[in-house]
Amino acid sequence: MNLTTPVFGIPALGIALPEIVLCVGALSMVLIGAVMRERSNSLMNVLAIGLLAAALVGVAVMDPARATTFQNAFVTDGFARIMKVLTLLGSIFAILLSIGYMKARQIEKFEYPILIVLATVGMMMMISANDLIALYIGLELQSLSLYVVASIHRDDAKSSEAGLKYFVLGALSSGMLLYGASLIYGFTGNIGFEAIAQVLQGKTAVGAVFGLVFLMAGLAFKVSAVPFHMWTPDVYEGAPTPVTAFFAGAPKMAAMALFVRVLIDAFPGITIQWQQIVTFLAIASMVLGAFAAIGQQDLKRLMAYSSIGNMGYALTALAAGSQAGVQGVVIFMMTYLMMAVGVFACILALRDAEGNHPETISDLAGLSRRSPGVAVLLAALMFSLIGSPPLAGFFGKFYAFTAAIQSKLFVLAVIGVVASVVSAFYYLRIVKVVYMDEPTRTFTTGDPAVKAVLAVTTGFVILFFLFAGPIVSTAAEAAKSLF
Amino acid sequence: MFGLGILSGLLVLPIAGALIIAFLLKDDAAGVRNTRWVAFYTTIITFVVSLFAWAQFVPSKAGFQLVERKAWLSEQIVFQLGVDGISMPFVLLTTFLMPFCILASWESISTRVREYMIAFLVLETMMIGVFVALDTVLFYVFFEAGLIPMFLIIGIWGGARRIYASFKLFLYTLLGSVLMLLAIMAMYWDAGTTDIIQLLQHKFSPRLQFWLWIAFFASFAVKMPMWPVHTWLPDAHVEAPTAGSVILAGILLKMGGYGFIRFSLPMFPDASHLFAPFVFTLSVIAIIYTSLVAMMQEDIKKLIAYSSVAHMGFVTMGIFAGNTQGVQGAIYQMISHGLISGALFLCVGVVYDRMHTREIKAYGGLVNRMPWYAMLFLLFTMANVGLPGTSGFVGEFLTLMAAFKANTWVAFFATTGVILSAAYALWLYARVVYGKVENHAFDTIPDLDRREMVLLVPLAVLVIYYGVQPGPILDACAASVEQIVKVYQAAVSAAAKTASLAQ
Repeated sequence: MNLTTPVFGIPALGIALPEIVLCVGALSMVLIGAVMRERSNSLMNVLAIGLLAAALVGVAVMDPARATTFQNAFVTDGFARIMKVLTLLGSIFAILLSIGYMKARQIEKFEYPILIVLATVGMMMMISANDLIALYIGLELQSLSLYVVASIHRDDAKSSEAGLKYFVLGALSSGMLLYGASLIYGFTGNIGFEAIAQVLQGKTAVGAVFGLVFLMAGLAFKVSAVPFHMWTPDVYEGAPTPVTAFFAGAPKMAAMALFVRVLIDAFPGITIQWQQIVTFLAIASMVLGAFAAIGQQDLKRLMAYSSIGNMGYALTALAAGSQAGVQGVVIFMMTYLMMAVGVFACILALRDAEGNHPETISDLAGLSRRSPGVAVLLAALMFSLIGSPPLAGFFGKFYAFTAAIQSKLFVLAVIGVVASVVSAFYYLRIVKVVYMDEPTRTFTTGDPAVKAVLAVTTGFVILFFLFAGPIVSTAAEAAKSLF
Repeated sequence: MFGLGILSGLLVLPIAGALIIAFLLKDDAAGVRNTRWVAFYTTIITFVVSLFAWAQFVPSKAGFQLVERKAWLSEQIVFQLGVDGISMPFVLLTTFLMPFCILASWESISTRVREYMIAFLVLETMMIGVFVALDTVLFYVFFEAGLIPMFLIIGIWGGARRIYASFKLFLYTLLGSVLMLLAIMAMYWDAGTTDIIQLLQHKFSPRLQFWLWIAFFASFAVKMPMWPVHTWLPDAHVEAPTAGSVILAGILLKMGGYGFIRFSLPMFPDASHLFAPFVFTLSVIAIIYTSLVAMMQEDIKKLIAYSSVAHMGFVTMGIFAGNTQGVQGAIYQMISHGLISGALFLCVGVVYDRMHTREIKAYGGLVNRMPWYAMLFLLFTMANVGLPGTSGFVGEFLTLMAAFKANTWVAFFATTGVILSAAYALWLYARVVYGKVENHAFDTIPDLDRREMVLLVPLAVLVIYYGVQPGPILDACAASVEQIVKVYQAAVSAAAKTASLAQ
């Protein structure tokens, strides 16, 4: 609190330094790009990764104690720190995955890394948002950058379609969110999260709940929870693969962090009310994610439904509304990030003679004969997504469902684990195609940057159980900072 | 050993062997040959180390021994290993059967040998882990993780319908297990720990016990497998390669029974008492029904698979009889069935490797060409029937005696299963081994070679030894069983007291 200065003074900038560095860096990159044009392409990638890595270090060494600045609009604490680390990792992975891909298709543009950096600033802003205005600014900065990134391959009809779809539906959800925010402001008279929480303490405010429903609808869109998930399969399929890898990772981290912060920080007094909504979102997402993916042939669409289902598990943890719940969200999102990016890294690591990557499940037939290394890692990722121990996915689900059980949400937990058994079917199908079918296509593995991402993510997934203790206690510390 | 105890050594050894195969050996002819030897020596060394563990084990003590404890996920969810009289025999059974599995796959597995051996070695670690884990989360990790290699073993090296069988195995077992996982979480929030030693001291409320028991039952009943959730087993057995069947029947099925003894009976005694009639019913149905089904099978492996379900019926019956004879008999029956069914599947493998069919009709008159084989097969068939003098008899006798004490009718119906098992087993033997040689493909069929003798003779010796000398196993588990039975009987008499008060 002592970091906040009088109204007319300069706000304490220290705790927002990583964001400021990214902002200034992104703007200078715009200048460099405008002067050097195409020649700057490789430089831009290096600069973007450097900036994100610097921000990552800056966030990681930051004091996890709670601090606010900009008249309480911006907050940092242990929770923000760990979620920002995950977001930044997701962004760095995305750039590493896209370098070779963009070059091979000659769609390298110097704007692409800049947009990713800007989107990342927006995401970090979302994670640190402590009032409704900051929330909206962060969300829009992120969304607008993502719309453009989705259609970065502008000569490709599908990519343009993905961008347009994402934009139209995203704008609609932003509108709902804004409407909800204004209702909340109207009924509580405040925009700051703590102030809203104080007003709602021990009261049933129907108007504010009404506003919260709209706000949550907007947030559910961003995490692609059912019934606001329709954009996900199309955007995942249409966007260039590395962009899809980006969408599956970093933005989900930020949106889920925002979801947690809004509900836990601003509406702790009416947990009973929002718990029902989150429970519904969780059940609907898990069930749809499990069943709808069964019929998919396209790998990216399959991963889209998989991400819908996985957000359902994260929401299961959130529905608990407890410290264990937030801990569950953090651990689950961490494991999910690594698994999702890992799967896309597998796809991007495989290239046939024409430079094409596998698109459908049947393209992977007999992969274990031709590229046994990637096949093992892909199978490990699939078993991890099922939630098979001892892989990371098990521990993510374990902490998510433990929280639900602690809060006595037994029905939710039972539906969740049954949905996860159903989803096991389609993950197993990929293992089956990779290991038990005859090879049809030959892929080679090249691109060292992709391989590096693959090594890091799968290493994390496979060896998680060895260093689970420190990770779990870090997540517990982070969760504690919200309570 | 590097600050680790002997039990973690048992867990690390097979993994180390798998890593050597994965990273140091190539896919060429020499690499494949070395792979087999590395896998074989790894399992032999693991077996020897487990014998050392046995030597350090004191059978007269009731509590857990050779305990190792390390912080893992948190202060409450720990990496804790240990053995007592109940788990020690299963650890030995696992390490003992593994070299046989490797030997049995020596020639019959010719494609992707490296992956195969890696899968088996990883599976060994997971199976040992199930029996030595003293933390419920750790137990679950091993319990579930074993599915991954088993799925691959059946799916890649299995028979014609291997994909169907492997999916069925995985999904069936997973569905049961996730419910147990939820129960483990609920126990964690109730008791504040997942440490099995502490959980055994904790008293769960009868209401909670009711639900926890059902959730654990869902998992163990599928694994066991009990009627009516046994249908994955015949499919899995038929499609699995020989060694896969041996492991499946020999060890994986025992995890269910072990779980009942380790968790259901001592941790939820009130619920166990409540559900005992239910389990008896299912057990008796399993014994009679699956014996009848076994009689009508045309596939040798399927017949043995159904007979396994019937034999597991004796195990569940014995466990929930809840007295010393019952639990000891169940443990004995499981160990003996591990040896016998393993041997029977190896016997099937022997003729399958020669003729590439498992249809009973295709065989007949083998005794004329393969006298040694006929003799060993007869021994194992008789053991499967439960002939006195073989290990099969002791377990069946003890469980039946226990059931008689608990409920005469249960024992009555279960005993008919003994008769039925004689019927299907002897009929199978007669059709395969006796009679005239009608199929001329058999004219040149060779008798057991040296490798196959090495496979079957030790098992035959053990089956007879434990048939006349049941002491070693019964003494080993006596003290631990006594403790579990005491807890259960206390709950039973408490229930009887409340019932009489209510009247």
